[in-house]
Amino acid sequence: MKVKVQLFAAAKELARTDRIDVELPEGATVSVLSETIGRQCPELHELLPVSRIAVNQEFALSDLQVHDADEIALIPPVSGG
Amino acid sequence: MSKIQLISDTIDEAALVEAVRTPVAGAIATFAGAVRDNNKGRAVLYLEYEAYDPMAHKVLERIAKEARERFEIEDIAIAHRTGRMEISEDSVFIAVSSVHRPAAFDACRYAIDEIKREVPIWKKEYFEGGEVWIEGPGDCEHSHGE
Repeated sequence: MKVKVQLFAAAKELARTDRIDVELPEGATVSVLSETIGRQCPELHELLPVSRIAVNQEFALSDLQVHDADEIALIPPVSGG
Repeated sequence: MSKIQLISDTIDEAALVEAVRTPVAGAIATFAGAVRDNNKGRAVLYLEYEAYDPMAHKVLERIAKEARERFEIEDIAIAHRTGRMEISEDSVFIAVSSVHRPAAFDACRYAIDEIKREVPIWKKEYFEGGEVWIEGPGDCEHSHGE
């Protein structure tokens, strides 16, 4: 299956795009997604370990399964306020 | 008016204070976060805030709900700006009302700390000679993984 991952801030600049498509096996988890992003976009390699993944606008645990219709985003360390 | 705002315009702070005012509340505490002209020894020119808008709005709603559950408050309003921010402008504003002052102070502190930890908003600092994405909450140096 193919999932779309939205990128923001530093991740968006490093990857030079605000969205990447990632090919995953059915039933893949958030941690598999994160590893796959790292292989597909080596420029995100350093940012990934400190980033979180949001699935359907909520921070996801690493063992959550993702689906192709999910709204997925890579959340670098936040700095609002 | 909405008590949770993610906006590009100037925050109407007086309106937010009035929005949380109730007859039973003897206290209204507010917090304003302003853009500093310096960071880590650099002269800051301005900041740009980027948000994952729909999620940022949801997380602000969640923080307001948690503040209501944790503290004896009457009401809470939170506004956060996005886009370009000049020095001394307020990027975030929180107003909390409660019967007595401790709950309002505590909830205000809780809300800003949670905003800095949880809301998907990022600031980019433009300074003399460059620009950098700020990673992680707080005013001190934060290493990766903290």
